[in-house]
Amino acid sequence: MSGVQPPADRLSEDGKGQALLIEGLHKSFGKLEVLRGIDLAVAEHEVICLIGASGSGKSTLLRCINLLEPIDAGRIVVEGQEITGRKVDLNRIRRRIGIVFQSFNLFPHMSVLDNVTLGPRKALKMRPAEADERARALLLRFGLEEKAADFPDRLSGGQQQRVAIVRALAMEPSLLLLDEVTSALDPELVAEVLNVIRELAGGGMTMLIATHEMGFARDIADRVCFLDAGRILEEGPPERIFGAPREERTRQFLRRIVEAGRLQV
Amino acid sequence: MSALGGGPPDQGDTVHLRSGGPSRSGEPSALRSTAIAAVSTLAFLGAIAWIVVNAPGWAAVQESFLNGKIFAQTFGFIDGAFVWERSILRYFLVNVALFTIAEVLILGVGLLLAVLRSLPGPVLFPFRAMATIYADVFRALPGILVIYILGFGIPGLGIAGVPVEPFFYAVVALTLIYSAYVSEVYRAGIDSVHPSQEAAARSLGLSKFQALRHVILPQAVRRVVPPLLNDFIGLQKDTVLVSYIGVVEIFRASQIKQAATFNFTPYMATALVFIVVTIPLARLVDGLVARDRRRAAASAR
Repeated sequence: MSGVQPPADRLSEDGKGQALLIEGLHKSFGKLEVLRGIDLAVAEHEVICLIGASGSGKSTLLRCINLLEPIDAGRIVVEGQEITGRKVDLNRIRRRIGIVFQSFNLFPHMSVLDNVTLGPRKALKMRPAEADERARALLLRFGLEEKAADFPDRLSGGQQQRVAIVRALAMEPSLLLLDEVTSALDPELVAEVLNVIRELAGGGMTMLIATHEMGFARDIADRVCFLDAGRILEEGPPERIFGAPREERTRQFLRRIVEAGRLQV
Repeated sequence: MSALGGGPPDQGDTVHLRSGGPSRSGEPSALRSTAIAAVSTLAFLGAIAWIVVNAPGWAAVQESFLNGKIFAQTFGFIDGAFVWERSILRYFLVNVALFTIAEVLILGVGLLLAVLRSLPGPVLFPFRAMATIYADVFRALPGILVIYILGFGIPGLGIAGVPVEPFFYAVVALTLIYSAYVSEVYRAGIDSVHPSQEAAARSLGLSKFQALRHVILPQAVRRVVPPLLNDFIGLQKDTVLVSYIGVVEIFRASQIKQAATFNFTPYMATALVFIVVTIPLARLVDGLVARDRRRAAASAR
């Protein structure tokens, strides 16, 4: 990563090869308590899918992990370093955690290449030539090399979202957060984005994915967490969560999804 | 609009006429609407002219406001020869210098104020407060008062090294007044950039300042170019106010000519100069606004 090796002692303290540890996370917006005690441990190279109804707290959880939202209680540990402490450098931490948003949030006044190189150039202080090289290699890998000079408004939604993923990857994050990245896409464009995520999972990227694509979650996840009213109500391997959910709320949720035709059983 | 733009009507008119009118193609109907606009404009202006010319005091007003000879003299045409030194255009260069220098300063100061007002956190509260008070006070004060107080007050202090030239205070006063307005324009632009843009920038590890500098401001400034130009139209006109602290610019020059001839025609000449200079800028602003609207419509497809 940024060349900083974790101190040896923290591995024993917070578990071996652990990418992310969340303990007792609480978050409220005014009087509305959105997260009500989240505990979650994510191993390196693990792919976790967060499922649950709208408003269950999936997006807020991801935004809290990236410190885009200040948390009210609990702690978050990334690669052994507590990031919710007082004296942490937010900017340094965010460089190690990539996030991709539902609405892409590309910078409309910059070309695709500039979108991708902005982080490396400004946050990592990389030389422009080096940042360009890295960006072009990533764009090539995801079939976007011909779009490098285009502006975002010239791209389809699927292409924009792939660029947004590439932009996050250009920072070489150790953890990638995906916040319903296909929800704003036309149905025919969903597959190209999901394929990118599959490829990343195959490459060993640690990912936390909030999604409504249940079929995709079943295929790709090592573990599925069902969020309900700000808590992880149930978690386990996808076969079990989708095949034999223990909680009544989970069963209800999945039944509705099946009825909506979003999951084949 | 139709009085100035005898040119092609915009798309909307053409489409409207095409669908409702009897014409077979777009070309004749565009011509037809231009013709209608021209005729109605001429009729309107003709009616106004008829009323004015038949007014009881027309002869006197014509002599004291629209004297052809004095009009030519005001522009420096004396006995058939052009004398630059006696033309009010020479003094208009002072106005041009005033607003050119002030505009550059205003763009900088206004942006600084807007950025100060968007600073986060309790520690920086004094900066936010000062910028807010500044914008409030200078928008509340009539410009002429600022010009008077600065132009007579500061040199009156007699502090060594402080400039005494009225031109200096004219630039300072105009900059102070207009920076308050322009900072509000910038701020509206900054607020108009969706918060998700900042979130995206910060998620890449950019600092608050880097996000502002590379992501928020470039988008904000682009959006506020038309209202900024609008403020500069106001500034160009307000340069005449500094004549009151002793800057000899076009308005003061025309006053001097008026006093020498007992005729108001020099003011009409000055009015014409401002019209000629300002209207192209106003057209440019309108053009930019229309372009932005088209772009917004295109990107919302």
